[in-house]
Amino acid sequence: MKFGITVFPGSNCDEDVFYVFQNILKQDVVKLWHKETSLQGCDFIIVPGGFSYGDYLRSGAIARFSPIMDAVVEHANRGGYVLGICNGFQILTEAGLLPGTLLRNISQKFVCKNAYIKPVSTSALMTASLDSQRCYKIPVAHADGRYYASEDTIKELQDHDQILFQYCDANGQILSESNFNGSLLSIAGVTNRQKNVFGLMPHPERACDEALENTDGRYLLEPLLSLQTV
Amino acid sequence: MKNELTTLQTARDLGLLEEEYNRIQEILGRVPNFTELSIFSVMWSEHCSYKNSIAWLKKLPRGGERMLAEAGEENAGLVDIGDGLACSFKIESHNHPSAIEPYQGAATGVGGINRDIFTMGARPIAQLNSLRFGDLSSERTQWLLKGVVKGIGDYGNAFGIPTVGGELYFDTCYQVNPLVNAFSAGIVETDKIASAISYGVGNPVFIVGSATGKDGIHGAAFASKDIGEDSLKDLPAVQVGDPFQEKLLLEATLEVIASGCVIGIQDMGAAGIICSTSEMSAKGEHGMDIWLDEVPLRQPDMLPFEILLSESQERMLIVVHKGREQEVLDIFAKWDLNCAQIGVVTDTGKLRFYQHGALAAEVPAHDLVLGGGAPVYHREYREPAYYQQFKKFDPASVAQPRDYAEVGKFLLRHPNIASRAWVAEQYDSMIGTNTVTTNTPSDAPVVRIKGTSKAILVKADCNGRYVHADPEIGSAIAVAESARNIVCSGGQAVAITNCLNFGNPYNPEVYWQFVKTIQGMKKACEKFNTPVTGGNVSFYNQSDDGGAVFPTPVIGMLGLLDHYENKMTLDFKNENDPIYLLGELTNDISCSEYLYSYCGIKSSPAPYFDLEKEFQLQQAVTQIIAQRLVQSVHDVSDGGLFIALAESAMAGNKGFEVRTVDPIRKDAFWFGEGQSRVVVSVKEAQQSTLEETLRTLKIPFVLLGKVSHQDFTVDTKVWMNLKEAKQLYDNTLASYLK
Repeated sequence: MKFGITVFPGSNCDEDVFYVFQNILKQDVVKLWHKETSLQGCDFIIVPGGFSYGDYLRSGAIARFSPIMDAVVEHANRGGYVLGICNGFQILTEAGLLPGTLLRNISQKFVCKNAYIKPVSTSALMTASLDSQRCYKIPVAHADGRYYASEDTIKELQDHDQILFQYCDANGQILSESNFNGSLLSIAGVTNRQKNVFGLMPHPERACDEALENTDGRYLLEPLLSLQTV
Repeated sequence: MKNELTTLQTARDLGLLEEEYNRIQEILGRVPNFTELSIFSVMWSEHCSYKNSIAWLKKLPRGGERMLAEAGEENAGLVDIGDGLACSFKIESHNHPSAIEPYQGAATGVGGINRDIFTMGARPIAQLNSLRFGDLSSERTQWLLKGVVKGIGDYGNAFGIPTVGGELYFDTCYQVNPLVNAFSAGIVETDKIASAISYGVGNPVFIVGSATGKDGIHGAAFASKDIGEDSLKDLPAVQVGDPFQEKLLLEATLEVIASGCVIGIQDMGAAGIICSTSEMSAKGEHGMDIWLDEVPLRQPDMLPFEILLSESQERMLIVVHKGREQEVLDIFAKWDLNCAQIGVVTDTGKLRFYQHGALAAEVPAHDLVLGGGAPVYHREYREPAYYQQFKKFDPASVAQPRDYAEVGKFLLRHPNIASRAWVAEQYDSMIGTNTVTTNTPSDAPVVRIKGTSKAILVKADCNGRYVHADPEIGSAIAVAESARNIVCSGGQAVAITNCLNFGNPYNPEVYWQFVKTIQGMKKACEKFNTPVTGGNVSFYNQSDDGGAVFPTPVIGMLGLLDHYENKMTLDFKNENDPIYLLGELTNDISCSEYLYSYCGIKSSPAPYFDLEKEFQLQQAVTQIIAQRLVQSVHDVSDGGLFIALAESAMAGNKGFEVRTVDPIRKDAFWFGEGQSRVVVSVKEAQQSTLEETLRTLKIPFVLLGKVSHQDFTVDTKVWMNLKEAKQLYDNTLASYLK
């Protein structure tokens, strides 16, 4: 498996994701500069967090027009795996690879803290092997994280088991108070119908290093390593 | 404004004194034109020249075996941290712009301080901020606070460097003049350090980054005035920030420095192009010819003085080795940034600025800068009457409270003590995955350096109320408390940067506060072996009607930890762990939040402080942490012992059962802010070893009680439980700032 991390101007979690895949998960990983058009033979593409192009027009709206994104979309349409984290999730919704959109948090403020999430989908690669009875402590850091989609889309997500995670409290209860950004159904992450594209608002790469005293993020990323090279 | 010859009236309009105007004519040997006089007015402003403070700043200890740059010589301080690495760090004020336009004022403060760090070749890894506002119940304060926090957050979050801590105080003295101080620290390999210097005749001079516009013209001069009704007219003196450009500039700058083609580099902060060209030239004892037509502009028809003084953000001046121009152009093209050669280095020692083929200004670089020809003033100072008055305070005049639990609750929810989460959660504190205190808090944030076992600790500290009551003792306390926080987190205090926020230096009583502050800081820095690596002076934090702010010398301290796993945390760990108070019991309520806010007594001296005892306590804390004798360590500061216990309990989701120890006043025991005290919890099995060690070290201690399940119990009375405490502590700021 070879992982590729896209780097747009304004990406700022690229280095953190790279560090985790190279130094902690011990994977073959490269960075893919946004002006490039080739994925350099990568099997799994990660679109990291940050503020691509300053997020000036709308989060993720400009990055999707970068040359590298044509290759990412083509890769996904061929069934290749893609994970978008935070701004990466926003970019993937803008690129049409994932359903729904991410609106300004209900508080209208940026929020950075430890969030708790519960796995939902039993058929998606990322969540199938997780314990649906426990919650995972994963940091969030975003201003535009309120998941929103039309009623029809939400119904489709439910019908096809496409909801990856829901926000909950430290005891695993899904409450309105634990839905800090106001997402529909407390949605923290979704996958596409084919379940090869994943989007997460929380940052699993911030919870992998023992030095940080929280390694829950590894539970989310380790299932991705089990994939066989296409 | 044409480039005509000037008069004394022009000089006065630009904020220069008559003696300064005469001196400028002597230097030039002629009457300056408008561009030249503008140049002198900003370079000789307080903000750039430190003319009213430098004589005293030079008395601070600035040397030490770890120092790689002397204070004021480079864009930021530079400290050797071993293993071929150095830490560059600095604190700077953005008070005046934030008072007028809080969002952009604070945002550009963050941008400016980070540029100071990465111009040294260092990649920033941690930011702090230190904020002061007026009464939190006033609408203006709420507007300022919301704007400042959003400005810091939007800039720092997009820039992508974690904001790991800070401080926030409210007092009516800051009602008109809020204080916004930003700190950043970065890491550089010692063989990749860049310098703010220019030399080598014929070497090209580049401007890189954003285009130059009309924003921030005379910003440095604006920061050197009192805030008054006319200040709104100065609105164009506030700059606008673009964190996206800054992020690109960071990456491109580090890349160009690593390429080895750079002679010198300086960011453009206050006074823009004129400041960077003159300081780099003066340092390298060379001159420059600059063609203003080559500067990328945001708008047409900018006059020479506008181009030279513009404080447009996210720009750098770079001097490179002749013949390597293309490498520089390629790197900035990769990052889609402007990069234009605007001149060459000369051997004249003069800065010559040309526009449309004509010489617009010619000035000697040396005479413009601090340490060169910029004026140095020894201001008059006088002890203010309040100082002796405050010392007459008699604690016996204060009746002890009837309901202690009520005082405890009052303090827990007081805006100066309550949880800062409302602010802190708006900052990305975890990006970079090095903040090792995210999940277990310490007195000072600990930030690991990847690729090593080391960590840096960073802390900003100052209690302006103490400094106002007694500037010499108060400033020593600010240094001591920063060091104490680092020591309580397991680190070693290494060096400081300072941000000296004061009123108008031409007021002798304000200047007395400044002089005494320097004297106290000097003693404390010498004691803790923490030299001053640089910083910033912000005078004129004074309004027409509100008077001066409390003298507020914010200390930004750098600490070091060789193995980040050896950090110490402040949360109580296990029920039944005995709790001790280390340090002297003092019968002291002076200057405490309890006395000031609960009792409403505003005039009292600084709290008890003995520098020698503080030092011994810190040595002892270092030893007991190294010997792994304690489970948690937390210093006693604002709000006193009860608040320290409550904070350790809330962080660990525990309670405590403690008792008052005679023979001092009960209010002094629980709410006094006498210095040099620390709360520790310990495993029962290690109790005797801890006590023995403390006796050997001659550190006074008392057994307070033990960690309990949920109740905060004092002398067998339950003051509150954990849930109630959290309700009070967690919701204060949000309740004001809907």
